[in-house]
Amino acid sequence: MNTTASVAVDANPDSRNARLSRFFASSLRGIGNFFAGIALLFFLWWLTIFIVTLSPENSHFEDFGIGVAFTILPELWGDGTIPDALTTSGYRLGMGMGIAILLGVPIGITMGRVATFKKLTNVPFQFLRMVSPLSWEPIAVIVFLEWDHAIIFLISIASVWPVVFSTSAGLEKVDPNWFKVARNLGASKLDMLTKIILPAIAFDMLTGVRLSLGVAWIVLIPAEFLGVTSGFGFAIQDARESMSYDTLMAMIMMIGAVGYVLDSICVILIKKYAWTKK
Amino acid sequence: MSIRGTKIEIQELTHRYTPKSPVTFNSITLESPPGEALVIIGRSGCGKSTLLHILAGVLQPTEGKVLLDGHQIEKPSPRWVMMFQAPHLFPWMTVAENVGVGLTFGHWSKKEIVERVTEVINLVELQEFVDNNVQDLSGGQQQRVALARSLVMEPELLLLDEPFSALDAFTRASLQHDVRSIARRLGFNIVIVTHDIDEAVIMADRAVIMAGSPGNIVHELDVALPDPRDRHDPEVQKFRGLLMGAFQEAANV
Repeated sequence: MNTTASVAVDANPDSRNARLSRFFASSLRGIGNFFAGIALLFFLWWLTIFIVTLSPENSHFEDFGIGVAFTILPELWGDGTIPDALTTSGYRLGMGMGIAILLGVPIGITMGRVATFKKLTNVPFQFLRMVSPLSWEPIAVIVFLEWDHAIIFLISIASVWPVVFSTSAGLEKVDPNWFKVARNLGASKLDMLTKIILPAIAFDMLTGVRLSLGVAWIVLIPAEFLGVTSGFGFAIQDARESMSYDTLMAMIMMIGAVGYVLDSICVILIKKYAWTKK
Repeated sequence: MSIRGTKIEIQELTHRYTPKSPVTFNSITLESPPGEALVIIGRSGCGKSTLLHILAGVLQPTEGKVLLDGHQIEKPSPRWVMMFQAPHLFPWMTVAENVGVGLTFGHWSKKEIVERVTEVINLVELQEFVDNNVQDLSGGQQQRVALARSLVMEPELLLLDEPFSALDAFTRASLQHDVRSIARRLGFNIVIVTHDIDEAVIMADRAVIMAGSPGNIVHELDVALPDPRDRHDPEVQKFRGLLMGAFQEAANV
């Protein structure tokens, strides 16, 4: 909401400059830490392969090295292997996560608002949560005619639980007086959901989505080992079977990078919607 | 802003929380003319907050009814707005968004919301914090935002449940003065529940004392004092003494 009145908080240029300096210093530290961490990881990778390949009988492990993995990356991008894997795995992940969020948020809100529903669903939900997602695979293959659908089902069932429980826990922390005030000011049920409940639980809900994304990304790769002929999981499996270890390592690097980017997007969203003052 | 007061009629009001629980208060009858500032004082447990919640439509009476200009209160409405002991602001919103939230519930146009919010924010003197997050404000400023959030609805009746008890003495005195002065200027009724005698004398046109278990109205006092009221004024002190005497008598102290 924009109003005509102005805010007199940034009036002092000295304090504004000090804040800007602190911001740049903090950003530089963050960027420095990022590159230092990456450099350390790559160094350990290089060192491990270097030590292993000191012995001539282990020389074939050179294909697992960082240098060859980086060398083949442009080739894998150019021949479409990486873009295809990104598209197909991204589609499965997006659909699976979408279903998990669409189911998980309303279920979590109902659990947080209706005590009887929470008591009733506690045992079955905890039971289902503890079943390894990949153990559903044989059933999914029978139920769904297409492998894609089976994989999407596996991702959904793996990632729905963090969304459900985080949303429910978020709602339980909400000050009940907010509902009283909103009702007093004439909020309809839709207003209560969109203007009070969702912003109030956004932080917990997005934290749940972040946890779900981690689970979904981890489940996606082994789920793509079987049946399908596309995606990162298939690319890993294919590289292993054709003994293209440089491709294998390049794909592992891509899986880590994509996972990191997705997690970072969640962190940005969580920071954006977190309203609790530190 | 176009606010007017309302005639409040409380008729034979009785309340108990459950059929097995004791009666909170019994057969209370009270009237308040349009624009009056009515203060209800009493010790904890006499049912004064319950009475206020029934006036707000948040609780239902066991027997009896409350009428505003002849219309029975059965549920909450922006026409009668309640302010609580704590401001209960929405912490993800700015000052302006908090103040205008009730108007967004009523689907007002963006232009109208901006106009009314700006007007009310000026009224409570928070214009320099309009785009600040409410968590950046002091307790007194937050309570002013809560007051603005209520006033923007142009209520006929503002209900206050010990609204300043969590504030420091200076902020409390300033808000007591401001709420009374705004209510008089705009003409709406206020009903305040408090156990602070000073607050009652500073804010009331009329004070009623509730006591007993089940609670009932045991004394009424017209606080016929000019405005602005200074708590050190001998006339104010005289009314304070009168109210304190009646309060102590009612409480058998």
